[in-house]
Amino acid sequence: MPLVVTEWLADHVELPASLTAAELAAALVRVGLEEEAIHAAKVTGPLVVGRVLYRTPEPQKNGKTVNWCLVDVGPEHNATAIKGVDPADVPEGGARGIICGAHNFDVGDLVVVALPGTVLPGPFPIAARKTYGHVSDGMICSQRELELGEDHDGIIVLTRLGFAEADLTPGQDAIALLGLGDEVLEINVTPDRGYAFSYRGVAREYAHSTGAAFTDRALVDGLPAPTPDGFAVEVEDAAPIHGVVGCDRFVTRIVRGIDPSAPTPAWLKRRLEGSGMRSISLAVDVTNYVMLDLGQPLHAYDLDKVAAPIVVRRAAPGERLTTLDDVDRALDAEDLLITDSPDGARGARVLGLAGVMGGASSEVTASTTAVLVEAAHFDATTVARTARRHKLPSEAAKRFERGVDPRLPAVAAQRVVDLLVEFGGGVADAAVGDLDETSAPAPIAFPVSLASRVAGVEYSREQVVSILEQVGCTVAAGPTPDEVSVTPPTWRPDLTERVALVEEVVRIAGYDQVPSVVPAAPGGRGLTDSQRRRRSVARALAEAGLVETLSYPFIGEGELDALGLVAGDPRREAVRLANPLADDRPLMRTSLLTTLVETARRNVARGLPDVAVYEIGLVTLPTPDAPAAPQLPVGVRPTSDELAALHAAVPAQPRHVAAVLTGRRDLAGWWGSGRPADWADALELARLVAERAGVAVTVEPATDVMPWHPGRCAALVVDGGAADERIVGYAGELHPKVVERTGLPSRAVAFELDLSALDAAADGEPVAATPVSAFPAAKEDFAFVVDAAVPAEAVQAAVVAGAGDLLEDVRLFDVFTGEQLGEGRKSLAYSVRLRAADRTLTADEVRGARDAIVAAATEVGATLRA
Amino acid sequence: MSAAADPEPLSPLDVAGLDDAVAEALADVAAAPDLDALKAVRTAHLGDRSPLALANRAIGALPGPDKAAAGRNLGPRRGRLTQAFAARQAELEAERDERVLLEEAVDVTLPTHRRPVGARHPVEAIQENIADFFVGMGWEIAEGPELEAEWFNFDALNFGPDHPARQMQDTFYVAGEKNLVLRTHTSPVQARSLIARGAPLYVAVPGKVFRTDALDATHTPVFHQCEGLAIDKGLTMAHLVGTLDAFARAMFGPEAKTRLRPSFFPFTEPSAEMDLWFPQKKGGAGWIEWGGCGMVHPNVLRAAGVDPEVYQGFAFGVGVERAVMLRHGIADMHDIVEGDVRFSTQFGTEI
Repeated sequence: MPLVVTEWLADHVELPASLTAAELAAALVRVGLEEEAIHAAKVTGPLVVGRVLYRTPEPQKNGKTVNWCLVDVGPEHNATAIKGVDPADVPEGGARGIICGAHNFDVGDLVVVALPGTVLPGPFPIAARKTYGHVSDGMICSQRELELGEDHDGIIVLTRLGFAEADLTPGQDAIALLGLGDEVLEINVTPDRGYAFSYRGVAREYAHSTGAAFTDRALVDGLPAPTPDGFAVEVEDAAPIHGVVGCDRFVTRIVRGIDPSAPTPAWLKRRLEGSGMRSISLAVDVTNYVMLDLGQPLHAYDLDKVAAPIVVRRAAPGERLTTLDDVDRALDAEDLLITDSPDGARGARVLGLAGVMGGASSEVTASTTAVLVEAAHFDATTVARTARRHKLPSEAAKRFERGVDPRLPAVAAQRVVDLLVEFGGGVADAAVGDLDETSAPAPIAFPVSLASRVAGVEYSREQVVSILEQVGCTVAAGPTPDEVSVTPPTWRPDLTERVALVEEVVRIAGYDQVPSVVPAAPGGRGLTDSQRRRRSVARALAEAGLVETLSYPFIGEGELDALGLVAGDPRREAVRLANPLADDRPLMRTSLLTTLVETARRNVARGLPDVAVYEIGLVTLPTPDAPAAPQLPVGVRPTSDELAALHAAVPAQPRHVAAVLTGRRDLAGWWGSGRPADWADALELARLVAERAGVAVTVEPATDVMPWHPGRCAALVVDGGAADERIVGYAGELHPKVVERTGLPSRAVAFELDLSALDAAADGEPVAATPVSAFPAAKEDFAFVVDAAVPAEAVQAAVVAGAGDLLEDVRLFDVFTGEQLGEGRKSLAYSVRLRAADRTLTADEVRGARDAIVAAATEVGATLRA
Repeated sequence: MSAAADPEPLSPLDVAGLDDAVAEALADVAAAPDLDALKAVRTAHLGDRSPLALANRAIGALPGPDKAAAGRNLGPRRGRLTQAFAARQAELEAERDERVLLEEAVDVTLPTHRRPVGARHPVEAIQENIADFFVGMGWEIAEGPELEAEWFNFDALNFGPDHPARQMQDTFYVAGEKNLVLRTHTSPVQARSLIARGAPLYVAVPGKVFRTDALDATHTPVFHQCEGLAIDKGLTMAHLVGTLDAFARAMFGPEAKTRLRPSFFPFTEPSAEMDLWFPQKKGGAGWIEWGGCGMVHPNVLRAAGVDPEVYQGFAFGVGVERAVMLRHGIADMHDIVEGDVRFSTQFGTEI
């Protein structure tokens, strides 16, 4: 994002002399240019200009030769006594003795000296130090040490950097000279404010914020008119995107006789570098400078390498281009190209990607003396797509994709010409090319009162009109007193509708003017049943001693393998991401346990012995071969068919709840050694979830479902629905192989339930209350012996059926196996409480119920134990 | 014990003898150190073979006139003695009860942590608080899928396919040209709710969102937002500010306030960044970015079939993790996402 050098900004808008970067940031943020960063001064302390008075090369034992120098650093800094130098040899006026390892300078050269106390980028503090038999009382700096460039041929000789000797004096502050002491503000420009990618735009916004006097340097008169002999340019767009021709303006100018060795002026270089751009050569620097200043991307071609006419066209199949960054690129039919016509072959040679990056072949080089300047206007969408396709977010592309003022090209080209003439010694060619198919911005019918109606602030008509004019709009009277016709300025392609104008009014008047009023909503229905159930489940699990965690839903094949989900398991049908964060986790989870086991393992690995964690979240269950979602336009309500297609394309994402427990469920302490969590704990918790969701569930053994232990897992089943939809989840012990592969402690238990399915099964009807009887209860105990394979629930169901209406409660209180029962037999002991609603039970009634219970139990193969 | 060995029984008419017997009995009662001793004393002085009992029994053998005098001699004396026994009995019982409680005393500073204590994840818990706030304002809570059609995530919100902002969202795309993404914000629920329910509409949408940011101290690729959307006749930016101020106070206390800065989002115009005044900010009180907001763009209403000439409204989105981090002084996002139970346990079930 753009860097703002205050001194440069002052070319466009009046700034207080003492303006700090923080004050500038505060002014800009009020109008919507957010501070990204304030970059600190690169160098602090006494960094000064010095003149080399004396230089003695001294060969060293290590083969190196260093220079012992005496440098005049000005009367304020010069020393009159230099250690190791005879007072008679100290130059008049004094000097500093400095050791320098570079050799690209001589006596008389003006250099940059970091005196002790200077802090260079790094930070690298400079102090006097003993070295090579001398005391080096400072350092002569290179460009790299000052972070001015990579050039490391040696130290900086200021006159070679473009500074005039007459402007330099020993002792002069080099921080200001090189622009190293400025704090620089970096701003964040939102996509609608492309014009703020320039000093011109930022200055206008500063003026909006502060009222400071702003001069629009793009509004200039006296530009030369196009001439018939202007460099020939043709636009031939056979495939416009959205019907917009890729290039609607192309200005060319020519400057000849440029001295290829002419340096970039120091001030210009300083501004460029301060704004974060490297200095390359005068021609390139000038185009970059004007781009930063006005916002118009420009390109300089070596005129001798371009053959007329230039043809702007889309790429043909198989075309390639080596761009300035030395990358050979295959071009796409949508890429808009700048081409030329060598040997009369019209548009045969590709010069560059329009508005994105030039090609290497026509690049300005160290021998270029004649330059063809391109200042064009390209379609934002075309540039955005090409920049994205080739991953080239160049400075030019950044500006074009956000919209560039179509009136800028001629102005900007003139500025480039002027600078090349002034600093490159060139001569402007009389030929001026200007292919101009741009159209003026369309006026918007704008009700002045709309701003007040949207903002809730009373703006006067005068205020609204004045603000719109301030941002550059032309405001004309409309058909009614309230309505005006607003023509936006050419640099604001984002102002295309009424609400955009409203935003301008509100932001320039100040968002702080908007009062705070709480709206009165019409009154809602509160949380939905399903939302309340979900809360109840979440809370019940926490209050049952489990800790809620959240995990990322990203998984890989490895996680599915770890759970033992074999090929063909529907849970392996997972949505795949095109750009996952980690290549080994490209899938969206189909089960919460896939990621929750990792959470549990991480806790165990961190030394926590008893872990009980749960998670509530969505899983993604794609429908195989589901069609792609339709691509539909902006701002239009989809038809019901289109909406149905959208909904059908989005995979089902039921909400699940899962838990994993390892270690103790009842903790160890002075009262005893606790109790390890087992399958029944997991099942109890799963039942708690169903109970809180308001759904009656029964359990069935699940003997062949991974990741579960085949003998210790229950399927939880709800009534009704299709057979495969009746199972809402599983609870029990994890399969020993799963436990081993996932690194959990052995005997870890878990459950996972489909909360959405439970929600669907909940009828939500109010409970119909049963009256509570105050008559005495009769308690009867039974011990039944059954085949070990008979499920306890079957026996209990028989007890319930046998007891009939008198049954109040039945509880299995003991399960016993032993030799006396015989192999493969077990004893189940039940405690039954009988009670009538309207009377005390007689002994006969109780006996009758008892007999009926025993008889019913016999039906399932249970005999009363003797 | 044989009758021959018995001492001469006390005569019921021997007043001095009776007084001596009573005095001796009272002294024994007073001296009885515990309930067992008292029981022995009782047998000795009031039992069948006690001097007073024997004297009482002797009354029957006395000549008529003496009977009455003997009765007057014995009755009150025996009564006094019985009372003394009862009083001492009560005294000793109270002493015993007190001693039992003392002996049963335990060390109440022993740990009582027999069952594990659970907790909610603070990000989930605070979303419930947020929902409660909006329900209290008369709004409802809406939801939508996390893996979403691109149209709902972008186009319905006025992000065209070439809109630069669409590139700025660091989106996870589903492989295979399905035009599906992991939602980058909770805003697609704006379009879903408006299409399903129309205007007027006041909904808040807490939920999970995704961006392709690597996990570090302040970023996570999977995080949570709370969206707000109010569409009605005559809603203004002032109502937006009022809602945000009330929301900030509910989350951060009565001193909280918000500030809007101009910004840009395709689905709102005017758009703003919302800053929260944060007195506990590191390095001194200051403004902290909390979310984005603005007046709903007419194209968003059109995409949902709502007439922007009739209805207007506002929308906002705030970061839930950011709210949790600010409220609870959490410095590192890793704690929020790693699932370490020691993190969640600090918060209990309510935050």
